[in-house]
Amino acid sequence: MNTQKDNSKIAIEVNKLVTHYGPRKILNGIDLEIKHGEIMVIMGGSGSGKSTLLRYILGLHQPTSGAIKLLEQDITKLSADDMQQLRKNMGVAFQGGALFGSMTVGDNIRLPLREHTELDENTMRIMSRLKLEVVNLANFENLYPAELSGGMIKRAALARAIVMDPKLLFFDEPSAGLDPVAAVELDELILQLRDAMNMTIVVVTHELESAYKIADRITVLDQGDILVCDTVEKVRNSANLRVQSLLNRVPRNDDVDADEYMRRLTENPDKKH
Amino acid sequence: MTRATVITNWIENVGRGTVRGLEELGYVAALLFESLYWLVRGRSRKQPVRMPSLFHEAMQIGVKAIPICAVLSFSIGVMLAIQGIESLKTFGAEAQVILGIALSISREFSPLIIGILIAGRSGSAIAARLGTMHESQEIDALRVMGVNPIRYLASPILIALIIMMPMLTILGNVMGMLGGAVYTNIELNISYTTYADRTLEILSIYDIMQGIIKSIVFAIIIALVGLSNGFQVNGGAEGVGRATTRAVVLSITYIVIADMIFTYFLNR
Repeated sequence: MNTQKDNSKIAIEVNKLVTHYGPRKILNGIDLEIKHGEIMVIMGGSGSGKSTLLRYILGLHQPTSGAIKLLEQDITKLSADDMQQLRKNMGVAFQGGALFGSMTVGDNIRLPLREHTELDENTMRIMSRLKLEVVNLANFENLYPAELSGGMIKRAALARAIVMDPKLLFFDEPSAGLDPVAAVELDELILQLRDAMNMTIVVVTHELESAYKIADRITVLDQGDILVCDTVEKVRNSANLRVQSLLNRVPRNDDVDADEYMRRLTENPDKKH
Repeated sequence: MTRATVITNWIENVGRGTVRGLEELGYVAALLFESLYWLVRGRSRKQPVRMPSLFHEAMQIGVKAIPICAVLSFSIGVMLAIQGIESLKTFGAEAQVILGIALSISREFSPLIIGILIAGRSGSAIAARLGTMHESQEIDALRVMGVNPIRYLASPILIALIIMMPMLTILGNVMGMLGGAVYTNIELNISYTTYADRTLEILSIYDIMQGIIKSIVFAIIIALVGLSNGFQVNGGAEGVGRATTRAVVLSITYIVIADMIFTYFLNR
């Protein structure tokens, strides 16, 4: 099987995904396909459901209904052992890095190798150093996460995410909290990874510049629905008003009935219970 | 509010509380089962509980607690000797204080004091550490890496506590009785050799085992309460604080209640 080279094949497929948080519906039947070797950027305002979508694609929660296929396997129906195998093909760089504070950067990066391979300590050390070179963090191996800057933490998290050479790579808000130069460097790194390793990359972000730069396609989410999913050019030229207001940073201007507004202000929440 | 509404609300609250309690009980039982499962089956599934983590936890929970456990147990021994000698003076039976100290320390005070101390020291640390890891997505990171958080984080803590608590209890026995011996030597002029001979004569293996079995149960209580509160944290820094307090209060409460039940059944 040569799925990595065949970029017309689907790497990630989401079918009619519905999720709830308590009684509240978060995603209203999402359909999404991401091809092998593609960089898909998922955008949307706060509360649009983009981070939730990512968490479900990562298999961190069981959806209310719908299917999520990663590398042709439906993760909603996979056994724990099969999911464990599949996870070796996934790398995730979390928003805050999620590095383990009690371990050095090197040990953080070697953790997946230690858990999933039987490589000797020396080989693991060489592999972790190689990945640190990729993210420009050579010589930082023996530092603890608390001793790194925000940008360095993100890059170290990326090194950990790619240490197993995964087929699928996920980023949650990679540029958030970074200065413009560090953000551009990270974008370059994402593009290099796709080109060098033919990874399928999913990036959740609300940074427009970064999205335009790295995306092959952009999906725009709003209130649990996909507004548009297309190439950068087509999304930028979308006729959808909500998409335009998100891309052009125009505040939401919902017409509210004056009586309804007063009722909401004066409503006693205790009466609901 | 009508009388009927008050009663309905009360029944609703009781029902909700019961469901929450049962849910938590189920969660804790699953946590215990899964932690032990990985210890037994981990190696055959190529996901062993890592020995370095186990040693690290044993160091943190047990070895580093030795000085404070020793000081506390010694003080309890001295305190028991003071009280015992004063009370027994009334009957002219001061020398019987050795019997009182030996039995009460080995059966009761040593496991209880060590249990309460470790609940305060390690139970809170476990809940705080896991809570912080949960909030900073480190536990999610483990899961997406295909590393089971129960095997990686919970099993070493549970096993380290089950190993270290009886050891600390034995240390508590020795230090408590030493405290008693020192005070008795000063107050009643009973030599250390006589004190030791008399203590060994009084104590049976049953008395020592009673304390050790209690300490193992307390270890499981501290681990499960700390772990379950840590894993279920939500609400940021405030949530971590809440979980830590809850872990300490609940584990001390459960330890004292469990001790009472043990004492009732084992000494009647």
